Amino acid sequence: MTSPLRRRSPPRRRTWRLRLYVAGQTPRSITALDNLKRLCDADIGNRYEIEVIDLLKHPHRARQDQIVAVPTLVRKLPRPMRKIIGDLSSRERVLVGLGLPPTRSR
Amino acid sequence: MTKDGRQGAARTASRKVRQPSGRRSIAKAPTGIVGLDEITRGGLPRRRATLVCGGPGAGKTLLGTQFLAHGAMVLDEPGVFVSFEEPPLELIENSRSLGIDLRDLVNRGKIFIDYVRVERSEIVESGGYDLDGLFIRLAHAISSIGAKRVVLDTIEMLFSGLTDAFILRAELHRLFQWLKTKGVTTIVTGERGTDGLTRHGLEEYLTDCVIVLDQRVTTQEATRRVRILKYRGSAHSNNEIPFLIDDNGLSVLPISSLGLHYGAPTGSVSTGIDDLDELFGTGGYFRGSSVLVSGQAGTGKSSLAAHFAHAAAQRAERCLYLAFEESAQQIVRNMRSIGIDLESDVRKGLLQIHAQRPTHLGLEAHLVAVHRLINEWHPTVVVLDPVSNLTNIASPLDVKSMLSRLLDFLKGLEITALATSLTGGGGTSYQSDIGVSSLMDAWMVLQNVEANGERNRALQIIKARETSHSNQIREFVLTDEGLKLVPIHRRLDGRVLVGTSREVQQDTDAAMQPAAPGARS
Repeated sequence: MTSPLRRRSPPRRRTWRLRLYVAGQTPRSITALDNLKRLCDADIGNRYEIEVIDLLKHPHRARQDQIVAVPTLVRKLPRPMRKIIGDLSSRERVLVGLGLPPTRSR
Repeated sequence: MTKDGRQGAARTASRKVRQPSGRRSIAKAPTGIVGLDEITRGGLPRRRATLVCGGPGAGKTLLGTQFLAHGAMVLDEPGVFVSFEEPPLELIENSRSLGIDLRDLVNRGKIFIDYVRVERSEIVESGGYDLDGLFIRLAHAISSIGAKRVVLDTIEMLFSGLTDAFILRAELHRLFQWLKTKGVTTIVTGERGTDGLTRHGLEEYLTDCVIVLDQRVTTQEATRRVRILKYRGSAHSNNEIPFLIDDNGLSVLPISSLGLHYGAPTGSVSTGIDDLDELFGTGGYFRGSSVLVSGQAGTGKSSLAAHFAHAAAQRAERCLYLAFEESAQQIVRNMRSIGIDLESDVRKGLLQIHAQRPTHLGLEAHLVAVHRLINEWHPTVVVLDPVSNLTNIASPLDVKSMLSRLLDFLKGLEITALATSLTGGGGTSYQSDIGVSSLMDAWMVLQNVEANGERNRALQIIKARETSHSNQIREFVLTDEGLKLVPIHRRLDGRVLVGTSREVQQDTDAAMQPAAPGARS
């Protein structure tokens, strides 16, 4: 799945579009966002965008984007879309979820 | 007819379930499902959650849909359908075949469908989470249409999409508590589990009301049954009660016997045979009573039934003739041979002959079909010919239970019912094969009396409640002008004479008393 993607556009040039769904400023949503930023900085570099959507402010988005659990991280780009739920405290699981090689750690 | 039938049924249901005043009972939300509101004494507990569990295809989704549709269409209580299994289009499609236009209700803001899809293959879990997303969706759905009813179908799908059962359990518990605070009446469906009622033990959280739907196959007939396992703060029927799913949706079979509130019978209806009316001492059968005519093959049971049906038509009353053995044409032809013109009754719209071999439909399906016919057509007289044929498809006990419910239903509507029953060759003629005579108000036995190398027909009223009926065994003949009772001829020693010996006696009497118009006793 990764090979055709790499052939089309080299991984270094890809921009990652990520979306984090939360429900209010809870400790868990803050933790999730912190974890996500740290991981992106380390593993993706500066080629990412994170959009945070607070479902309390935009409740209709939950239905629209099929969100059940929060926090939910959605990888919009690169395709295909992937979903990771939880506070993203398990780094390995997030890397798996995002489709990043675990070797890139640190 | 669907619409009228449905509304009519809804009306009857709401009439029947009225609570006795002055009695404190918890508030209830009628489901609009015929029969279910009866066995729950008014519906589901309002502002609480009810668990509906059953195997695949048991009718859980349908029950939920009807509950919402009834709220939305009849009671002005909008509803939210949260579907975890079927996409909205499928839901709409499936309910259309049951006469519910979900799409229209959605467009009019009466019903909100939210399809929650949780696909394990698309989701990776990392760290703690909660189901606030679901809560927010639900809250948004409820507030957007002012919902009073919610269906969660089947929420246990979450367990196959998400792995952390610990979180899920805690969150479901929180969800059900939260729903109570929203003031909505909820149905939560659950798949039947092997250990417990549901696969993931939803019954541990939902304790206010639990309804179990079940489908069983006995003697090759699938029978659906519903049971109210639990209903906190309310009386309810504990029994398993058959129900049916057809193009009018789900209907739980009537259990009018819950309240034996019939009006007292007024007046009588002719048997169609003058002499027989006299024999009853009351001018015929009591209106609203049930009459059993039993006898062996060829004793004239159907003829008696046809007389009864024909007499109703002559009074310009409607008769529903349910034929379980012969076709309508056969019956019409047979009866023409004894001078009863059923065909003209049919043409005048006063007689409907419904011929249906019992094997085509299950027993319960029969009952529902009969109900529907009666609710649509409002006959005053019903013939069941012969009920003994129903034992081909079900055990005598089931038949008896079905008949007792049917007779109760008819009685409630003051419909006079005549059922024929075939007596087996071996048994005594006083024994109806399915033991239904105790359900009946009146019982006639037809017999073949064999003597002197000939066979004659005889009739006897075994019982007729509240009448001073005759206790005589009467000979009758089938003529081309119908069934005729033969005047009694007694010998001096008290023996009743039939057939040739009666004729001989008649001749002798005539010879001895040439001008004796008063020879009759």
